Amino acid sequence: MSEPKTESKLERLLNEGRFVVTGEIGPPKHAGGDGIKHHVELLKNHVDAMNLTDNQTAIVRLSSIAAAAHVLAAGGEPVIQMTVRDRNRIALQSDLLGAYSLGVRNVLCLSGDHQSFGNHPTAKNVYDIDSIQLVQTVKGLRDEKKFLCGEEIKEHEPRFFIGAVANPFGDPFAYRVLRLEKKVNAGADFIQTQAIFDMDRFEKFMAMVRERGLHKRVKILAGVMPLKSVGAARYMQKSVSGMIVPDPIIDRMKGAGDPKAEGVEICVEQIKHLQTIEGVAGVHIMAVMWEDIIPTIVEKAGLYPRPK
Amino acid sequence: MIIAEGKPIAEVAELIKDAKKVLMVGCGGCVTVCLAGGEKETGILASALRMLRQQQDNPLETVEVTLTRQCDPEYVEMLDKYVTDDIDCIVSLACGVGVQFLAERYPKWVVPALNTKFAGGTVKHGQWEERCGLCGECILYRTGGICPIIRCSKSILNGPCGGSQNGKCEVSPETDCAWQLIYDRMQALGKLDMLLEIQPVKDWSKARDGGPRRVVREDVMIS
Repeated sequence: MSEPKTESKLERLLNEGRFVVTGEIGPPKHAGGDGIKHHVELLKNHVDAMNLTDNQTAIVRLSSIAAAAHVLAAGGEPVIQMTVRDRNRIALQSDLLGAYSLGVRNVLCLSGDHQSFGNHPTAKNVYDIDSIQLVQTVKGLRDEKKFLCGEEIKEHEPRFFIGAVANPFGDPFAYRVLRLEKKVNAGADFIQTQAIFDMDRFEKFMAMVRERGLHKRVKILAGVMPLKSVGAARYMQKSVSGMIVPDPIIDRMKGAGDPKAEGVEICVEQIKHLQTIEGVAGVHIMAVMWEDIIPTIVEKAGLYPRPK
Repeated sequence: MIIAEGKPIAEVAELIKDAKKVLMVGCGGCVTVCLAGGEKETGILASALRMLRQQQDNPLETVEVTLTRQCDPEYVEMLDKYVTDDIDCIVSLACGVGVQFLAERYPKWVVPALNTKFAGGTVKHGQWEERCGLCGECILYRTGGICPIIRCSKSILNGPCGGSQNGKCEVSPETDCAWQLIYDRMQALGKLDMLLEIQPVKDWSKARDGGPRRVVREDVMIS
């Protein structure tokens, strides 16, 4: 077991070699926190940590850091997602300081969906730094106690457990593992992947990951997403960038008498399969607009109860 | 070159609706090459505006001049004799630089007839595409001669992001993923290992920042 770098519970469980389970809560398009608290109550005994998305698909929502404060208050372990789409290096670092001061210990660094997908398509994007540079920045704050500009942080440096994403279903496929390696070199401690439906491709990806020894340098949480209906499956297949949904999954959803139950069944099978792949340290369950189903999936996958 | 595109005629007509006599100034530089604001386009726009105003029983008088360039005072000066008291408004068919050079020289109402789009080139006859983000510090030597600043929709320096699929950008199936192009080219050149280096954060103070940027060449200054 390596020496903990942070106070993160997620880091501790991964270091203990537990197969971790993370979930995801999408903050609301309004200023009420009750829905978040409700989801935390529902999920906190079934997942080890929960992501708070950052204005996903570029739609204005309650901020991930404010949502994380609700998670903490309700006794959950938050992972704030932080995209580089809307904030420059000054705002990003400022928000990292703020989030840490509230008790947040995990951050997931990502590019963010382009604003043209969202409800403010005429917005100006920022992209002052990219996601890999954000990983580097968070690591610099923690390990070198320095801001991105090089200035020293005299006290109370934010010590985040640093996450990044990987998409084995993006192209060029051969470069995906090298880009993951760049993220690890930049300082990523854990990785959450895009939702996996094409298990063959993910297996190939993981073989390449192992070939380069990356699974020993970073904890990889495989992303899964329960499908609610055949319509949702088709939407994922056709309209969501960076996703691959193979036809057999569509066919299974189409032929199902109870599509929701089938979606859960597929997800549980995927999780059980992922547990057998060397180098997969856990799963990240993205139940978009269907957070309530996560406990059922965790129980059916035999991953309940969760370690303390 | 600077690529520009004509504003809709109705929009230009609205901008000059109170004028009786306008000076319409074309530019012989970039906007002539991209067929937006040269002598020919100036003539066409002037006649379209006159016809429109004729229909409205509110005739418009136009004077048309095309300068070699509107971004150089030595050429702009040549307009002096046309800028008479009876000119109510000057319409510039140059890029935004030309519009401002005219406005700086003459105490007249100056309006743009074009939308200035980008720094780019001709990809085929009648089609122009952006190539340079004018960021002030060229990094093309690191990316195989393909600019991620302007050709990647997120200006990612360590791309591609997760939205690249089948060589296309997540933003549009019409848009090539710049990082797929960079990857392909670096592979073809045997330089893929360079892509493993983490590119440092960019110094945007060299780009749009703190008022107009300036290039000074004392060695070529006269007096």
